[in-house]
Amino acid sequence: MTKELFTCCLMLASALFTGPAIASEDAAPDALVRHVSEEVLAIVRSDKAIQSGDTRRVLALVDEKVLPHFDFRRMTMLAVGKDWRSATPEQQSRLTSAFRTLLVRTYSNALTQYRNQTIDFKPLRASLDDKQVRVKTEVSQPGAQPISIDYSLEKANGSWKVFDVIVAGVSLVTNYRGSFGDEIRARGIDGLIASIEAKNKSLETAQGG
Amino acid sequence: MKIAGFLKTSRLAFVAAAFLASCANAPPEDPFERYNRAMFSLNEKLDATVAKPVAKAYVAVTPAPVRTWVGNFFGNLNDPWISLNNLLQGKPADALSDLMRFLVNSTMGIGGLLDIATEARLPKHDEDFGQTLGVWGFHDGPYVMLPFFGPRTLRDALAFPLDRTFDDSWHFVSDIATRNSLTMLQLASDRARVLGLERTLDEATLDKYRYSRDFYLQQRRFKVYDGDPPVEYENFDLDDDQTETTGETQ
Repeated sequence: MTKELFTCCLMLASALFTGPAIASEDAAPDALVRHVSEEVLAIVRSDKAIQSGDTRRVLALVDEKVLPHFDFRRMTMLAVGKDWRSATPEQQSRLTSAFRTLLVRTYSNALTQYRNQTIDFKPLRASLDDKQVRVKTEVSQPGAQPISIDYSLEKANGSWKVFDVIVAGVSLVTNYRGSFGDEIRARGIDGLIASIEAKNKSLETAQGG
Repeated sequence: MKIAGFLKTSRLAFVAAAFLASCANAPPEDPFERYNRAMFSLNEKLDATVAKPVAKAYVAVTPAPVRTWVGNFFGNLNDPWISLNNLLQGKPADALSDLMRFLVNSTMGIGGLLDIATEARLPKHDEDFGQTLGVWGFHDGPYVMLPFFGPRTLRDALAFPLDRTFDDSWHFVSDIATRNSLTMLQLASDRARVLGLERTLDEATLDKYRYSRDFYLQQRRFKVYDGDPPVEYENFDLDDDQTETTGETQ
């Protein structure tokens, strides 16, 4: 029904978790994204268990190959918006851990939906000393127009980390700002933490793993 | 006759009044929120009871290549409308490319079953009359949830009857049975492509309506900027007066 939204969700899912994962510290951001995407997709393509929706296996794959290249604190800050400033360090770390779990649980599963899309990596247009870059890719599937998936990366302590994934123009991270803001206005920061944690708990029960 | 007419008018007035009343306490960025939320949950129910089961049955009885052909077939039929809209937006090169797509796929692609144009570097575009109105200077207007067809901005909702008619040229097929079958087939085909994803959406969000709305509006903005909107990331770790919003290289 909201066809585009669904399609984007799929793309977004495969985007987030086909994100970066080489260990080498000074790898160029575009090479990083490319390398990790290709590695992860190769595994998904050859793993029947993942294709049939084995939650545990997907989580293990994502945990090993993908998560080390994401900056979840930065992501959570951007999802929460300016209320981040009024959160205590303890609240910030609980928010980060809850949001991380939510993203990982949700989008890992969508990786099991990946089939025969092809990814086209766009040339990077950035000068060498940039602290932030956006790596652009385009995912094609038969019978539909290609969807753009962009990764925003930031250089910290010598390595590039992804802090945003933008699918068809929609930031996976800042798209949460509206509903998180509503929740904070109604129930405070602790209320938001409680809601995300409750959501995570219900996902864990539903998915197992 | 007169009474029926009167009833019709007054019912319309009543609906309009109820609609406006529902806007009284709504947030400025979503004045129709109460109506929208109601329509959103109705759409969800329609999806669960009609669209999704139809799509599941369709997947069960067709092999994957057939589904690709069907998707290509319907995709091909809206290329002329995309072409015309590109022309109306002053992009004749894109319009020509869309027209070429239609010609190539309709002939060598066996009536549109194969999308060989994409392989021949004639990419599919995403245009509609709502976007054309945008290029002409009409504002988006508020977010509106249409029954069954889902979210639109008010501008796109007004363009929708035209888009709906010309997007799928087979609406002009005069045989009702054929037309209905095609309608069902397209519904099944579109919905089948995203089976399993409503789960992701359910799981990802605290408030599904709010998330979908923000998603839709962000995406419209992206299209307005023809895929290249300005991006800024704040850093809330810094103090107020130091706060920098960093642009980024694209």
